Amino acid sequence: MRAGLDRKWPMSDIHLHHITKSFGPTPVLRGISLAIDHGEFLTLLGPSGCGKSTLLRILAGLEVQDSGSVRIGEGLVDGLRPKLRDIAMVFQSYALYPHMTVAANMALPLRMRRLKFWQRLPILGRLMPGARQVSVEIDAEVARTAKALGIGHLLSRKPGQLSGGQRQRVAVGRAMVRHPAVFLMDEPLSNLDAKLRVQMRAEIKDLHRRLGVTFVYVTHDQAEAMTLSDRVAVMLDGELIQVAPPQDIYADPDDRRVAEFVGSPKINLLDAIVRERGLADALGISFKILSDAPPGTALALGIRSEAFHLSEGAGVNTLTGAVRLIEHMGSDLFVHLDLAGLDHPLIARLAAERASQIALGQTLHLSVNPDRILVFGQDGKRLRSSGSAETPKVTPIRQFAL
Amino acid sequence: MSARLSPQAAILRHAVLLITAALILTPFVWMISLSMKPPGEIFREHFAFLPQQWYAVQNYRKALTSAPLPRYMGNGVLVCAAILTLQILICAPCAYALAKLRFPGRDLIFGLVLIGLLLPHQVLSLPLFVLCYELGILNTYAALIFPFVVSPFGIFLFRQVFKTIPDDVVHAGRLDGLSELGIVWKLMVPMALPAVIAFSIFSVVGRWNDLFWPLIAVRSESLMPPPLGIIAFANEEAGNDYGPLMAAATIVILPLVVAFLVAQKWFVEGMTGGAVK
Repeated sequence: MRAGLDRKWPMSDIHLHHITKSFGPTPVLRGISLAIDHGEFLTLLGPSGCGKSTLLRILAGLEVQDSGSVRIGEGLVDGLRPKLRDIAMVFQSYALYPHMTVAANMALPLRMRRLKFWQRLPILGRLMPGARQVSVEIDAEVARTAKALGIGHLLSRKPGQLSGGQRQRVAVGRAMVRHPAVFLMDEPLSNLDAKLRVQMRAEIKDLHRRLGVTFVYVTHDQAEAMTLSDRVAVMLDGELIQVAPPQDIYADPDDRRVAEFVGSPKINLLDAIVRERGLADALGISFKILSDAPPGTALALGIRSEAFHLSEGAGVNTLTGAVRLIEHMGSDLFVHLDLAGLDHPLIARLAAERASQIALGQTLHLSVNPDRILVFGQDGKRLRSSGSAETPKVTPIRQFAL
Repeated sequence: MSARLSPQAAILRHAVLLITAALILTPFVWMISLSMKPPGEIFREHFAFLPQQWYAVQNYRKALTSAPLPRYMGNGVLVCAAILTLQILICAPCAYALAKLRFPGRDLIFGLVLIGLLLPHQVLSLPLFVLCYELGILNTYAALIFPFVVSPFGIFLFRQVFKTIPDDVVHAGRLDGLSELGIVWKLMVPMALPAVIAFSIFSVVGRWNDLFWPLIAVRSESLMPPPLGIIAFANEEAGNDYGPLMAAATIVILPLVVAFLVAQKWFVEGMTGGAVK
């Protein structure tokens, strides 16, 4: 392990209990309860305006919740000022101090904690007893952290002279240098170009592995959420819809909105009516489904693009339509199909080798296995069959236990 | 920048600028010219910039010796420095609160600041005079300084500039352990330095050249700032002796010209930097 990162970090599990927040008459958070384990990488995923950044700010102490409580480690932190919470944050805009050098930016949190007021005075401070000793230690720690992040050669520059990726590292360094119990990251990669974003994503994952402390990461980018997280908390309209490991969020969503938000291309949704137990009609086609919904129930059938396979002819669980568009992604083929009775195209992901067999305008038959169909009720909630062996293991939302 | 102007437009624009500049500069040129002439040449019918007989040394010597001009200038430096220091000490935290903190009545208070900005200082002179009398500070340095320490213009200018600084910087400061005042002095003011320098120039020029309030507030010659000193000098000494008077005036404005030239770069940046964001 590289130098400077082997220090003992404090315990830092986080418990949010029924947090609510309104800005004026607009409710932003509607009763959020969430437990985050020590050392976990949790991502708050949601579209912009869903309240995820507000939740992060409440966690940091930069906003005050209307009701509810926040516990970090052993103690409640409500009413505690940000600097007393032992947390560090990386901002979307990096929020570096433009008039200070990289070294001064990174040293500030340490200077504020270790030097007394009169030791921090511009010129006099250096003459105060003990100040020189502490300053030397701080400089050494800053240099170690900067070296670990690969920005050791930039310490005397100002933020304005750095590239986006370098600024990002400085922001991470400023957060890291004082060994906080919790890292908060508010869309830290959204200002970077696509290539750098993938690289920094890997570096953040690596950082989390090396430090082993709790990370709370806010993003609207599902790729970041899926690749980085131990668990993803999907937030929509101020509510947590589902908290689960990334693979469950994708394959086993609790709610139609989660299924729609996660996954690219977007999940195909077909309105259906249950004809008899285990059989539903959509677009005039019968689908075998794994659901106990009684006849007459209105449903939505969610089918991921990769759940389809080509079939020879029409039949049960088979959709038929004309090819409208073929997108060749290299490894995959996205085929857009016009279906009678559907106002938007159905998207299927097929193996790239099929490219030679498919032409525009051609009629295709696409089948889907019953266990690949996600069934949602009228209220958007997932309907699972009670006794089905094929239903994947369900991870319940971990609620705050009183 | 906008697209290049056509030659005609460029000529017209420069013509307007040159004429305006000439109109503004003429009195200064005249002042400097008169300050170098002997009494006999000043009221000649034909104006010439350069004197036929050089009298600069005599005029400037008289300006510096017959009245306590250095004393007046010292008073001016003291008063301007005290006012500026106190103005920044008071305006920056006020502006920070108005720009970055949320509290009930904030918009109302900002409205009051704007009203303060609209009121000319002369309107307040009588109440201020009475107030200074009640406080017993008339005819002291305090009377020259006290009415100006809260500057609505300074609060307004700083508030506008602080508003352009992202909230995340404030948040980062709080997380890094800075107090609210620490955020003002370590982050806000350094990041708004061009505006601070521009404000400083406005403040110093305004106070240095102010005649109205010192005329009301002080009588003792030893407290007089430069413009009041020149008036006193004109009344007592000069009579029709305009040469030394103009020399004194030249000496008085010299520090301002030098300061402006030094700070010009920041001055221009500060006045437009916050406005067009």
